[in-house]
Amino acid sequence: MKAFAELYERLDATHSTRDKVDAIADYLRRAEPADAAWAVYFLAGKRLKRTIPASRLRAWGSPASELPTWLFETCYATVGDLAETVALLVGNPRTDEADTGLASFIETELLPLAGATEETQQRVVLDWWRRFDSRRVFLINKMLTGGLRVGVARGLTTRALAAVSDLDTAIIAQRLMGAWQPSAERYRQLIAAEEPDEQGGRPYPFFLASPLTDQPEELGPLTDWRVEWKWDGIRAQLLRRCGQTFIWSRGEDLITDRFPELTALAESLPVDTVLDGEILAWRDDRPLPFAVLQKRIGRRKLSAKVLADAPVALLAYDLLEDAGEDLRARPFDERRARLEAIAADSPLQLSPCVKAETWADLEVLQGESRQRGVEGFILKRRDSPYRSGRRRGDWWKWKIAPLTADAVMIYAQAGHGRRASLFTDYTFALWDGDNLVPFAKAYSGLDNAEIRELDRWIRRHTRERFGPVRSVEPQQVFEIAFEGIQASTRHKSGVAVRFPRILRWRRDKRPEDADRLDTVRALIQTESS
Amino acid sequence: MSDLLEVTEHGLWAADGGYHVDPVKPVPLAVVTHAHMDHARPGSERYLAPHASLPFLRQRLGDDAVIDTLPFGEPYRLGNHQLSFHPAGHVRGSAQVRIEADGDVWVVSGDYKRAADPTARGFEVVEADVFITEATFALPIYRWPSTSEVIDELVDWWRRAADDGRAAVLFCYAFGKAQRILAELVGRAPGPVWLHGAMAALTRAYREDGVELVETNLVAEAEKGQSWAGGLILAPPSARGTTWMRRFGNATTAFASGWMRVRGRRRWRGVDRGFVLSDHADWSEILATIRETGARRVLTTHGFAEPLARYLRDDGYQAEPIELRREGGDDDGSNDDASNDDASSASES
Repeated sequence: MKAFAELYERLDATHSTRDKVDAIADYLRRAEPADAAWAVYFLAGKRLKRTIPASRLRAWGSPASELPTWLFETCYATVGDLAETVALLVGNPRTDEADTGLASFIETELLPLAGATEETQQRVVLDWWRRFDSRRVFLINKMLTGGLRVGVARGLTTRALAAVSDLDTAIIAQRLMGAWQPSAERYRQLIAAEEPDEQGGRPYPFFLASPLTDQPEELGPLTDWRVEWKWDGIRAQLLRRCGQTFIWSRGEDLITDRFPELTALAESLPVDTVLDGEILAWRDDRPLPFAVLQKRIGRRKLSAKVLADAPVALLAYDLLEDAGEDLRARPFDERRARLEAIAADSPLQLSPCVKAETWADLEVLQGESRQRGVEGFILKRRDSPYRSGRRRGDWWKWKIAPLTADAVMIYAQAGHGRRASLFTDYTFALWDGDNLVPFAKAYSGLDNAEIRELDRWIRRHTRERFGPVRSVEPQQVFEIAFEGIQASTRHKSGVAVRFPRILRWRRDKRPEDADRLDTVRALIQTESS
Repeated sequence: MSDLLEVTEHGLWAADGGYHVDPVKPVPLAVVTHAHMDHARPGSERYLAPHASLPFLRQRLGDDAVIDTLPFGEPYRLGNHQLSFHPAGHVRGSAQVRIEADGDVWVVSGDYKRAADPTARGFEVVEADVFITEATFALPIYRWPSTSEVIDELVDWWRRAADDGRAAVLFCYAFGKAQRILAELVGRAPGPVWLHGAMAALTRAYREDGVELVETNLVAEAEKGQSWAGGLILAPPSARGTTWMRRFGNATTAFASGWMRVRGRRRWRGVDRGFVLSDHADWSEILATIRETGARRVLTTHGFAEPLARYLRDDGYQAEPIELRREGGDDDGSNDDASNDDASSASES
């Protein structure tokens, strides 16, 4: 535990990627394989399931710190992070407490607590809080609530593992994919020189498109490119191997059981096939809004009604493995041709290629995006291999401009974590008659200087306080961008917007210049016509 | 018995003595506790200050300001008030103000800390009936590690950067914190120390006042092509993110402040390391100080004044927060480090 806490601290104390890779590699070289496995698990961004709800830790924080509840809560509001608040209040500066290995602590002490009674949980956790130093208390709290995140890019962990094992980063990346349980055995496999028994369910690292920042004409002749619509669904790999089907989301969750329709489809595919594509809620040859798909993902049980309300389709756009052969190094044209051949013999649906003669024609076609329920285009170079991660050059996403509205800030709330001391979460409203009706919340889009300035303004122009939320004088106007809009019965404004964010602070506008709700509602029509 | 001090829009006002304590606006007579900008504002007709703060007050207020000074402990009569200054340990020359009238004793703490500081006379407890205490860090999450531990970490961080061939840039407030660190580093510096221009005059004033500081050079006077690797550069927080920083290349950065106790604050600052080094009292020091003064009535100001007063009330004290509206300040003080980025008002830490 101590060594892992030190690693966490070292990673937290540098912005240099080289330092971070060195720190991880140093740790891995010294750690027991079982501990290293857990460290890699966290470093790779995987999370433990919650052992104890945060609300319990919060309730125990006040008695454990011997502070009245209101004062504990004031501290929490100031720190903005429960695990850290407890660590600051109850943790010892440094202790000589005998150390338990990371793996042993998690497996034999922490995880078994999930099934214990609340009394037992409290007794054990309070004992940890008393015994361990602040750093370990912080990490333990994060693990308990399932919120432990080590802020390093996955690529750095891959590089560190590659350095430790003397393997290529691509092999490590491949081995890190998918679901795996941390164990000494697993870690040894991760760094083993030779690939042990191939695990059939493991997907390939996804290749991600980069946002197009230049004019498309800069990409050269259109004949070098294939163009597809950019779908707003779940990016996924579908694997058909060894008589089994696996569906992986880009977030590397195994989501096979969420989509029985696709499992059925997979059974019609030839053996050892891996597809890359987009899962969409789909009806009558067009996508349904993302919210429909989201609703379905949220359901624990997939009743017949859920399946009927939100039917899904996989639009395949790439073939990564054909009859067991890894095609990723082959040109996209070849992969696409082989994909089309497979589709010819199965009910598999493909993401169609968009036909256009010139970039200008394409731009005209792009105007249909909203009606089609897509976000613009994906451009893929015809001779591009299937790379790993986000690499610029071969795949571009050419998105349509977002929808926008000028709205008035009416509420503000302090952020969390590093933003806990500042008002960074805002609610924006539109005019409905003479009233301002809340229509979107946004957290991002301002730079640090603007956030500070706005924070000061909010403090001086607070009208009322409702717990952590303040209502402010309706004076500041912001241009809010969003990707989509839908009618909603759950929102006072009657609309729900997707990915709202602040585009710019419109200091030049007065509150009365802000948009009317009717104007924004009208967008729903154009969106779904 | 009427109150010796009351809160007005100019700050703490002593009607019977005809003076203000640390006024926020120009007044006829300003009694100031120390030379930080938010306590010693220019524009008043006359100032009364602790003698030890004079060199720094002069820099702040200019040669034309009328400043009378008193040695620590020496009584002075203003109206029917008997007034004296006592060491507060916050920065060099900083004081508490003791006011006595009709057998009633009020003490205004100004800013204070209890930890030893080689550049400032240590805090002396003064018995009081009413104690007006600062509350900048008055929450139990603020517990300071020992100074020696922090300086060890700082030197270690600097040494690692040096081993790596990089410079180490430490942001800290230009008056007080910077010189405290320079004094702590005497005999311990593994490399050269460089100063940002905003710290030059104050640092010189400390040396002329007889304080031993580690040797320093000015960044602005470095030769062209100077290598910064292995050096420690002290700069005010306002220098962060400016083009001035570019010369240091891939330097590692840190911030020395009590606010660094909270991880989110450090991350917001965008520095690699945070060193918890404050010139203010932490939670337990504030509570201990209040106890030691023997005061039964406590007025709290700055930062977490409200929670501190509430906690004290629950503990049987007569306590309430007082609001001293500071120019450009905000209403809950927890963001003082942001609004005080300006090097010239470098006080809150």
